[in-house]
Formats: sequence, C-alpha cells, structure tokens
Amino acid sequence: MIIDILAFGIAKEIFGGSSITIELSGSSIGYLKEMLEDKYPRLKQLASYMIAVNNEYANNDQEIKQGDEIAVIPPVSGG
Amino acid sequence: MIYIKLTSEILNVQSCIDRVMSPESGGIDVFIGTVRSATKGKKVVQLEFEAYEPMALKEINKIAEEVLNKWPVHKMLIYHRTGILQIGEIPVIIAVSAAHRDAAFDACRYAIDTLKQTVPIWKKEVFEDGAVWVAAHP
Repeated sequence: MIIDILAFGIAKEIFGGSSITIELSGSSIGYLKEMLEDKYPRLKQLASYMIAVNNEYANNDQEIKQGDEIAVIPPVSGG
Repeated sequence: MIYIKLTSEILNVQSCIDRVMSPESGGIDVFIGTVRSATKGKKVVQLEFEAYEPMALKEINKIAEEVLNKWPVHKMLIYHRTGILQIGEIPVIIAVSAAHRDAAFDACRYAIDTLKQTVPIWKKEVFEDGAVWVAAHP
C-alpha cells in the first residue's frame, strides 16, 4: 500500500518537506512508526511523537486503510 | 455556546470578551498568552506558529465541549494564532463566562492546560543565532 504522510513542525525538517510518500508492507501504526524510524532515525531523538489518522490520534495497533489521512505529530507546543 | 478560531490575523481581546458576555453571567475569566522576549536568558526575536488546521480545530472543539460538560459555564471561546508573531503579540485567547467565578477560573485553566498538551500546533522560537521547535527534544 502506498501512502502519503503529512509532516508538521520539526517532522517537516526531518522529512525534508511537508509530506512524503512511502510504500507500506504492514498496515498497523506501530509498523509504520518502525518503518519511519528506520528511514528517518532523527524521529527517535524527539521527546515523543504521535501518528494521527483522519485527524485523530492513533494507537500503535490501529490499522491503516487506503485513503486515510496520515500525519506525524511531533510534541505539540501551542499556546 | 462555543467560539473557536485559528487565524493569521491579530487577535482582539475586547471583541473576545464581548463574544462571551451574557446577561446571565456573573463573571468572565480570560487567559491571554503573550510572546515573551526571552527563553532561559536567550533573547527571542520572534515566534512562528504552525498548525495542522483541521485536526487542531477538532481538538480545540473537544476541549470546549468538555468544558461545557464539566463546568456550569455559559460561553467558551478559544482563539489561536498561526504565522509569525512579534514580542508582545497574542498567540492565544481563552475566554469563559459563568454565573460564578469558580467555574470560570477552573474552566479557563483547564482549557489552556489541555490545549498545550493535545492541540496540534507548534511553536518555533527564533533567536538571533538560530531557531528551535519548542518541546521537540527531551
């Protein structure tokens, strides 16, 4: 499955752009995080980060479906 | 009643207060965030705010709905800026009206504390010699 991933804040700098396209062989969020960390090891240096699916925070065992809007959410710092 | 907004335009405090004012309210509690000139002794030049807009609005709305369920408040306003802000400018305004002050204070505090933890908005501090995404690294 080929998916687009949106990036914000420092994740945009780590990816070198506001989105990336990757080919995913598994479909869980946990698997996606492993793949991203292999490809972009700087993600592991963050205080934490979350994945959002369709504008909601997702757990590691949640499954990704074709067409979902996926985003990397580094530590938030609004206010 | 809930009022939420993400905007690149300047936030006006008085118009936020006017929004939440209501005849049955006995008080309004307002939190105004302002851009400070230094972090850990280092001079800040400006701040840049970036939001994942649809999700940020969804999370802000969740906070406002939670507040209305948890406290007897009348109107709740949460406005947040995006883009580049200079020292002294206002990135966030929370305003809550209620019949009695305890609910207004508690709700306002809860809203700003939760916003800082859950809403996908990021702040970049720009110093004279570089820039840092706040809270990104341990």
